[in-house]
Amino acid sequence: MSMVPTLLSVEGLTKSYGGVHAVRGVSFELRAGEILALIGPNGAGKSTCFDMLNGQNTPDSGRVTILGEDTSGKKPRAIWRLGVGRTFQITATFPTMTVRENVQVALVSHRHQLFNLWSSTPGFARDESGRLLDLVGMGAYAERPCGELAYGDLKRLELAVALANQPKLLLMDEPTAGMAPRERIELMRLTATIAREQSIGVLFTEHDMDVVFEHADRILVLNRGALIAEGSPEEVRGNAQVRAIYLGEGLVYDARHREGAH
Amino acid sequence: MAFYVVQFLTGLASAASLFLVASGLSIIFGVTRIVNFAHGAFYMLGAYLAFTLTERLEGALGFWGGIVAAALVVAVVGVLVEMVLLRRIYHSPELFQLLATFGLTLMVQDIVVLIWGPSDLLGRRAPGFKGAVDFFGQSVPSYDLFLIVLGPVVLGVLWLLFQRTRWGILVRAATQDRDMVAALGVNQKWLFTSVFAVGVFLAALGGALQIPRDAVHHAMDLRIIVEVFVVVVIGGLGSIIGAFVAAVLVSELNAFGILIFPKISIILVFLVMAVVLIVRPWGLFGKPEAPARRTPGLTVNPWRPWTSNERLAAVAALIVAAGLPFFGGNYALTVGSEIAIFVIFAVSLHFLMSVGGLASFGHAAYFGLGAYGVAFLAKLAGLPMIACLLLGPLLGLVGAAVFGFFAVQLSGVYFAMLTLAFAQIVWSIAFQWVAVTGGDNGILGVWPEKWAASPSHFYWLSLGIAALAVLILRIIVFSPFGFALRATRDSPLRSEAIGINGKRIQWTAFVIAGTVAGLAGALFAYLKGSVFPDNMGISLSVDALVMVLLGGVETVFGGVVGAIVYKALNIWLVSQTDWSKLVLGAFIVLIVVAFPKGIVGTLESILNRRRKSSSSNSPLLTSRIETAE
Repeated sequence: MSMVPTLLSVEGLTKSYGGVHAVRGVSFELRAGEILALIGPNGAGKSTCFDMLNGQNTPDSGRVTILGEDTSGKKPRAIWRLGVGRTFQITATFPTMTVRENVQVALVSHRHQLFNLWSSTPGFARDESGRLLDLVGMGAYAERPCGELAYGDLKRLELAVALANQPKLLLMDEPTAGMAPRERIELMRLTATIAREQSIGVLFTEHDMDVVFEHADRILVLNRGALIAEGSPEEVRGNAQVRAIYLGEGLVYDARHREGAH
Repeated sequence: MAFYVVQFLTGLASAASLFLVASGLSIIFGVTRIVNFAHGAFYMLGAYLAFTLTERLEGALGFWGGIVAAALVVAVVGVLVEMVLLRRIYHSPELFQLLATFGLTLMVQDIVVLIWGPSDLLGRRAPGFKGAVDFFGQSVPSYDLFLIVLGPVVLGVLWLLFQRTRWGILVRAATQDRDMVAALGVNQKWLFTSVFAVGVFLAALGGALQIPRDAVHHAMDLRIIVEVFVVVVIGGLGSIIGAFVAAVLVSELNAFGILIFPKISIILVFLVMAVVLIVRPWGLFGKPEAPARRTPGLTVNPWRPWTSNERLAAVAALIVAAGLPFFGGNYALTVGSEIAIFVIFAVSLHFLMSVGGLASFGHAAYFGLGAYGVAFLAKLAGLPMIACLLLGPLLGLVGAAVFGFFAVQLSGVYFAMLTLAFAQIVWSIAFQWVAVTGGDNGILGVWPEKWAASPSHFYWLSLGIAALAVLILRIIVFSPFGFALRATRDSPLRSEAIGINGKRIQWTAFVIAGTVAGLAGALFAYLKGSVFPDNMGISLSVDALVMVLLGGVETVFGGVVGAIVYKALNIWLVSQTDWSKLVLGAFIVLIVVAFPKGIVGTLESILNRRRKSSSSNSPLLTSRIETAE
């Protein structure tokens, strides 16, 4: 295990907004080929943590190292250049382009052709874009306008776009949010297969515990900005504190809501 | 000292009218998201109507009654406009409402001349405020003092209206999030109409109150609308207090600028606006704009390169156009050259707007810079024509590189306003730096050399360059760069996440568009044999916008068709009728209502529908989903 290189290492990540400590001293590591889930109740700091990894937010203190490079304060586009692909909780695609063109733009960027004023994009990297779309099962939709796709298909397209970078690391923020249950399992199974085959490290946040326990190699549990547990699915499932947070507090909030409603 | 105090008071008095008009514009924009270009027209109508009413009605009551009645009548006109015209186009693409209100402005310009004649009208002086107040040896008109008091009073009334009434709360809520307000069951239709009525009332009142101070004339609409844009942008769109503070700031800058920096007085205001926009892009009292929501169910047909048939058709059209010298006279050829030049200009803006999503309100700056570039090179350096045509547009390139760098830091309406400010700065330099640019007299005697001097040769030259410009821009649209630019427009979030530096891409696009516009300006200088500050004026920038919108923004080819139709119609109307603006304005309004996608956009959707119905055996499998929010 020690031979496998560390892709992502996070040390003492901290961020607060005013008096609210959104993330407090979070540290963890991610190795190549590993699928790591970041879970926690609403407001635990998952999104803030995630945004600091992908460059959309800068930490107050702490360090993020991706593939040996300190990325704190770097822009998302610089992080992509390191070999990081990402998908969004709410899909972000180019609605006025076809499915294939969405992937082609990512390939244009990957091959440093963004300021090429002369070539014709429709013929650009057709094989590669087709291969990526086939990989995520979207080959048949290649010439469809992206704006017509169903939500689950948009999620798969995002995965293809993220893979265009030949990434070493995939950051997926709630990859299955808004999808039907069967689609969820399929998408994560697909992601896991690709990640294992290509030895890509995957970090994802997720609300659906079925998805988490089925696919994650390791799970990080975040509560009120701090890591409270870390381990294999079995270990986390058996952790008393995690159970208390997921079940106990949930019930408390529920009861308060009901009282407030009357 | 007393002199400066008096100057200050004069500035405050001017601020009152400006504030009234600006607050109206701001309220309308806040709720309806319409940049109401016709606001200046309503201001002007208010002034003309007030002139007539105060002449007819006797006494003090007649005067003040006339002022208020004029504003009320114009407000009713505004309501009719909103109900008949704007309601049909709230869901049209962004900026299309601007085109409609611009059409209205054109119509009103001719209508007031039709009714009141072309000469300036001097109104009655206000009863009770006819004299002047002595102030340490300097006299201040007492009407000015009245206006100085009126400004804060109106501000107070508006504040009460917005804070203390149910209507005001709805307006504020809609300014923040109108979708949410609609979801709560508020009747949007009447909210919009009432807001529009109040906004127009304020504009007309501002105009009516000007008559004791200034002559009423038929160009006062454009003059005020530019100033009002500046005020609203400095103050922050949608903020009443902001409009007040900015109106005072702008008026004082005008009052003192002329004393302290007489050479750059016009620039001063726009310089301040540019600085404010760069430091605080949403204005002094505004709030950052929430990201725009896409209209649900909006699907755009992806662009595709030409099929070989379409390519043949384009070549055939070019050949037909090239045949004009064989059957057209000299006049037709000159008109043809001008149209070709405006095709170049329009496609350059169209590239920026449709591919880049950047609607520049000041594109004429780069057209004009190209023209002046040629004039300098030809007159001062004495370079041959070919060299001038190649090097002249470089001035446009430099201008676009400098201004574009700042402009692309902003987006949406604020981008539009900053480009407008930059264009006004360039215009002011051309206008005021008489020693170099000749000021209002321009630079004369920029004639083409012998080989290009005959109308047919010049026509072929213009047509050739136009065809080349269109071809090159088309290649760029489908190049990797063009896709990166569209990607940045479609989703800044996603494009950044795949390694695209959006600002740098947009900046490059801005420079490309500016250079091509400069090329058009360079040719234009040779066509007219002269250059004037108007070559970079607002009306030219607006012309370009109209051409693009007329052709259709969401098309690859809209700029070309828009330019040909608009320019040909414009030239033809001017030669046929004295009321060309009225007809042209009505035509624009009609197009907007009948073909909200522009001419090419409408043709394309008709073709697409046919294509779909002919292959309708395969039903659409996917359900259309609302675009992720």
